[in-house]
Amino acid sequence: MSTATLQGSVNFDVSAAVGASMTAGHALTEKVDGIRHVENPKLSLRKLNFFYGKFQGLYDINMNIPACQVTALIGPSGCGKSTLLRTLNRIYDLYPGQRAEGEIIMDGCNLLEKGRDVNLLRAKIGMVFQKPTPFPMSIYDNIAFGVKLYEKLSKAQMDERVEWALRKAALWDEVKDKLKQSGTALSGGQQQRLCIARSIAVKPEVILFDEPTSALDPISTLKIEELINELKTEFTVVIVTHNMQQAARVSDYTAFMYLGRLVEYDHTSIIFTKPGKKETEDYITGRFG
Amino acid sequence: MSLERSLRGLALGDFAFRAITLLFAFLVLLLLAGIIIMLVQGAMPAFKAFGWDFITNETWDPVRDDYGAWAPIVGTVVAALIAMLIGLPLSFGISIFITEMAPQWLKRPVGTAVELLAAVPSIIYGMWGLFFFAPFFAKHVQPLLVASLGDVPLLGALFQMPITGGSSGVSVLTAGIVLAIMIVPFMAAVMRDVFEVVPSVLRESAYGMGATTWEVIRNVVLPYTKVGVVGGIMLGLGRALGETMAVTFVIGNASKLPTSLLEPGNTIAAKLANEFNEADGLQMDALIAMGLILFAITFVVLLLSKLLLMRLTLTQEGQKT
Repeated sequence: MSTATLQGSVNFDVSAAVGASMTAGHALTEKVDGIRHVENPKLSLRKLNFFYGKFQGLYDINMNIPACQVTALIGPSGCGKSTLLRTLNRIYDLYPGQRAEGEIIMDGCNLLEKGRDVNLLRAKIGMVFQKPTPFPMSIYDNIAFGVKLYEKLSKAQMDERVEWALRKAALWDEVKDKLKQSGTALSGGQQQRLCIARSIAVKPEVILFDEPTSALDPISTLKIEELINELKTEFTVVIVTHNMQQAARVSDYTAFMYLGRLVEYDHTSIIFTKPGKKETEDYITGRFG
Repeated sequence: MSLERSLRGLALGDFAFRAITLLFAFLVLLLLAGIIIMLVQGAMPAFKAFGWDFITNETWDPVRDDYGAWAPIVGTVVAALIAMLIGLPLSFGISIFITEMAPQWLKRPVGTAVELLAAVPSIIYGMWGLFFFAPFFAKHVQPLLVASLGDVPLLGALFQMPITGGSSGVSVLTAGIVLAIMIVPFMAAVMRDVFEVVPSVLRESAYGMGATTWEVIRNVVLPYTKVGVVGGIMLGLGRALGETMAVTFVIGNASKLPTSLLEPGNTIAAKLANEFNEADGLQMDALIAMGLILFAITFVVLLLSKLLLMRLTLTQEGQKT
């Protein structure tokens, strides 16, 4: 199962491993039980378990999510990929009875610790949902809403920020003349890009996408995929998708999940060309799922 | 053949159903028209006798047959205003707590309690107000209010101890507070229902931006539900304006215009309930005229709320084409 590493020795000393991989260039890190080790992670999941009341949704997830890369979560319905995504910004906190155990380390801190400011956390880890969810306000205010929560900007600075976010989301040219219009009056694809712009505007470090294109037409889907590709230059992106071509197109790393467990996690090119596990191969070749 | 016949039967059924529902709808309009016509007809003599002065006249003197509606009008509006001032934040808080913050095990008990409170007959509130709340108010709250707010300029005039000493506690303020307690369950129940229809993804995406509960409520939940919220408020206000029994118990039924909130006053509905039995002639006409005025006040309130909603929609959508 383990792909040979050029380093040879199994190395758990992070600083040493970082240095080693740098000198070795494109060296593959070691892979233990289907899980590729990722160095310099933005998010590090350790023994993550998740419960919906008595039902356990995730079992002992261990993985490192790389910074400024796109990580895709794939797997059949109910495998826990959305659940995993929802633990990353603790949105599950809104629902009593849902809880996570284990650790999610970002910048040296455990996100799951009690007493953490979840609002601040969510400002750092933005989320885009399956269905576009523009707020019932103007396009401009949709973007400004999140920014106003954390920064005090002058009118000019805010205008600049709104334009920046809309340009990043490739929506500026379509809406620049109607910023005062209601965000709910846009088309579905535009609404979704508005939601992405809204997430970018607060300058998060991580953006989570929960099947962002499943409600969209092919052209809008293409635009959003291009956008995700752009975003990874500045943000760490995690995307849940049902569409394997999409995972193959947009992601650098892919995690295959099944029945609440992380089965395999590797570079996307390896997952889709020579997967290490039988279940992964069956799923990506369409034998089940 | 038989298919055609059964189809015709269906069409006939549809037609009959349509006709019946149409009839019901027109029945409502007919009722409304009937009430208005009766009120206007009954009120005519009073308006003929006193003209528009009827509305602004403070006196109510059955001996000299001189009637004016000003005191009850003021009493009605002020008591309802007090009720809204107290009741609105309360019911808002209750509904927000139930929908956004309460732990699962507390949601149902609080929600059911609110619904039960809404089902308590108004006479019970009246009795409670007269026998328990008014004396309590006179003994503990009234002196406090007079001592603290009585000397404040402008506002102080509203909190002067009445000449009678206010020992019974019946007053416009007492009525307003009892009214507030009565309308809170209504408004809270409606608002809770409205808040619950906000899609959870919308809520999640606002929380997902790092918004606090209050920011989510103010910027997302309220704009999304404004029509329903205003509807709930109107339901409460309508009840506050028209409530009769409980108010009759605790407002004191004075025909004089109160100058302080701690003095007894009267509302239109309470006055009607008190005097309708023994009235005749011009007094009766004057009472019916007051009924018409109450109707007009309610109508204006409804109209204002519709205008408010239209403005809210306009400002939200900007220059939507």
